[in-house]
Amino acid sequence: MSWLERLAAIAIKETRQLARDRITVGLIVGIPTIQLLLFGYAINYDVRDVSTVVLDQARTSLSRRLVGDLGATQVLGGIRQAGSEAGLRRAMQRGEANVGIVIPADLERRIAEGRRPALQILVDGSQPALENVAQGLGAMPLLRRAGELPAPKPVEILVAYNPERRTAVQIVPALCGVILTMTMVVFTASAIVRERERGNLELLITTPVTRGQLMAGKLLPYVAIGLIQTTLILLLGWWLFDVPVAGSLVDLYLGALLFIAASLSLGLFISTLAQTQFQAMQMAIVTMLPSILMSGFMFPFEGMPAIAQAIAQVLPLTHFNEIIRGIVLRGARLTDMQPELAKLAVFLVVMLALSVARFRKRLD
Amino acid sequence: MSAAITARGLARRFGPVVAVAGIDLDVPRAQIYGFLGPNGSGKSTTIRMLCGLLVPTRGTVSVLGHPVPRDAEVVRRKLGYMTQRFSLWDDLTVAENLDFMARVYGLDRGLRCERVAARIAGYALGAAAGQRAGTLSGGERQRLALAAATLHEPELLLLDEPTSAVDPQSRRDFWESLFALVARGTTILVSTHYMDEAERCHRLAILDRGRISAEGTPRELARDIDAVVIEIEAEDLLAARRALAALPEVRSVAQLGHRLHVLLSRDAAEPGRRVAAALAGHCPDARIERVGATLEDVFVAATRLKDGPATERVA
Ligand SMILES: Nc1ncnc2c1ncn2[C@@H]1O[C@H](COP(=O)(O)OP(=O)(O)OP(=O)(O)O)[C@@H](O)[C@H]1O
Ligand SMILES: [Mg+2]
Repeated sequence: MSWLERLAAIAIKETRQLARDRITVGLIVGIPTIQLLLFGYAINYDVRDVSTVVLDQARTSLSRRLVGDLGATQVLGGIRQAGSEAGLRRAMQRGEANVGIVIPADLERRIAEGRRPALQILVDGSQPALENVAQGLGAMPLLRRAGELPAPKPVEILVAYNPERRTAVQIVPALCGVILTMTMVVFTASAIVRERERGNLELLITTPVTRGQLMAGKLLPYVAIGLIQTTLILLLGWWLFDVPVAGSLVDLYLGALLFIAASLSLGLFISTLAQTQFQAMQMAIVTMLPSILMSGFMFPFEGMPAIAQAIAQVLPLTHFNEIIRGIVLRGARLTDMQPELAKLAVFLVVMLALSVARFRKRLD
Repeated sequence: MSAAITARGLARRFGPVVAVAGIDLDVPRAQIYGFLGPNGSGKSTTIRMLCGLLVPTRGTVSVLGHPVPRDAEVVRRKLGYMTQRFSLWDDLTVAENLDFMARVYGLDRGLRCERVAARIAGYALGAAAGQRAGTLSGGERQRLALAAATLHEPELLLLDEPTSAVDPQSRRDFWESLFALVARGTTILVSTHYMDEAERCHRLAILDRGRISAEGTPRELARDIDAVVIEIEAEDLLAARRALAALPEVRSVAQLGHRLHVLLSRDAAEPGRRVAAALAGHCPDARIERVGATLEDVFVAATRLKDGPATERVA
């Protein structure tokens, strides 16, 4: 009997057990579907209809036109008037309005002089997304419309690869990596630790099966599951959010395969440290949070402090995000992604080596 | 042929806990060798060291002529191990469990099918073949575990308390199958809490707090017991018990129906006379009789009397 047959025996057994575990099967399909629906519909970087309170001290036709213009942008919505400065502050304090606009009584003169600011915009700083709104409003060519003075044309930004600036286009590929990170690490770590907890491993390691066969046989079914999940996410992204794959599917699957292997190797390593499934779960979460927070999924990578960027370099998700974004959105080829591929490969090899070194066919 | 298992000065500690405190072991081939000992006496730890699952703190082990743990992988091909806790897969059926273990032991296709079918028939698992192992009764589970451990016809079987949670009839059947294996040349090492099982072993080691406190055939152990056994019949057994408690040489008193079964130190001079004198005042009707020791007496003498001389080796 060959080496491979024994490995296959483990893989078949694992698959059989998996198929009988209804909850896990449900999670394999459910996690990607629910996450994609939740994030795809809920996360929206485009801010619209921000509630606004206006204190118009000028009460001229120009000031009324300005308020009308602001409303027309659709960024601000539900514009209400405040009677006094105190009223405006109260509205913001209570959270009834997130943006406050003060139009001074001497609006016309300020515009004519052009030295003092014409408007004062107050933004609720406790809501991070609104800062962009303030910046956007600051750059609005309000004064051109007023026709009194030629205002400098604001810089025009051209958005390549996602011309309509739809959030879903950024979210779908990024979610692919996040979902794989969440499922792959937890599934493998708990699959192995469960056998330790239930005592199956004591029997298994007293047989002639080798460490390599045991580990590879346990991981193989999860590689297939990872690829199934990738397919599911891409299909849902294309179908629900109209996100097509610009690059080659073969490249995409090869990249995903490497990332899946890297995530599984992390799960494997965790399984050599944890004694119980609970511990494995905690450790998986410890690695998952930085992956999700630091890989550029939540916050722009460029804005993070150097230490966070260094940590992010170690995380497979950071590199996979680059790869999948490139292939799905920009139509890049795998050969363009060599540094990222190399970093993923290094992670995989190191994790496997650590796992093999730690996994003994012994109980102590 | 050399012994199936030889161990010298074998010891294992877990931090401050000394689980096995230096034991010597010679298990002859094609026999059933028993480990009898109370909870925590080191039976499982010893068995795990024999199959290379735990590395000894001290001492040497040779199993089927190979040093362990160095040659553990070689030994594992010739060894069947039944863990104390059921450790086949609850969510696989009986047949799937056996097929998987046969593959893991590297039996090729023809042999695999033949052996799995033979074990299902031989261990009366036919009716349950398609049933998930997690839903089996205690007896079926234990037959399945033994069937799995013998698929590759190992030379040596290590069975760690195989009959806990099994009814007496199933236990009898189980032991019949062990003797059938021994008849084919298999060596079996079995740990147990049960006296009737210990009685069936060819040889026996009584473990107490990590040491072998007695070793030999059941008959030798009963003959060489380091104690005198008497039985007392009396009207008022409670009064007799109280009287006996005053005697320093009394090591244990157990009531068996209308009688008291008493273990006395061997070094006491004329033990019968002293007991009679002690009882005379309290229950004059007492009849005292010296009897042969049972294995249970041996077990009690070898384990429970922690501070007495009985913890010295008997054989
Ligand atoms: N992995 C371990 N870590 C720490 N202590 C252990 C470990 N395994 C066993 N022990 C301790 O070693 C001693 C012997 O345990 P062992 O399991 O060998 O006893 P046993 O004779 O098999 O008992 P039982 O009849 O209950 O199965 C016990 O005190 C136990 O607590
Ligand atoms: Mg035990």
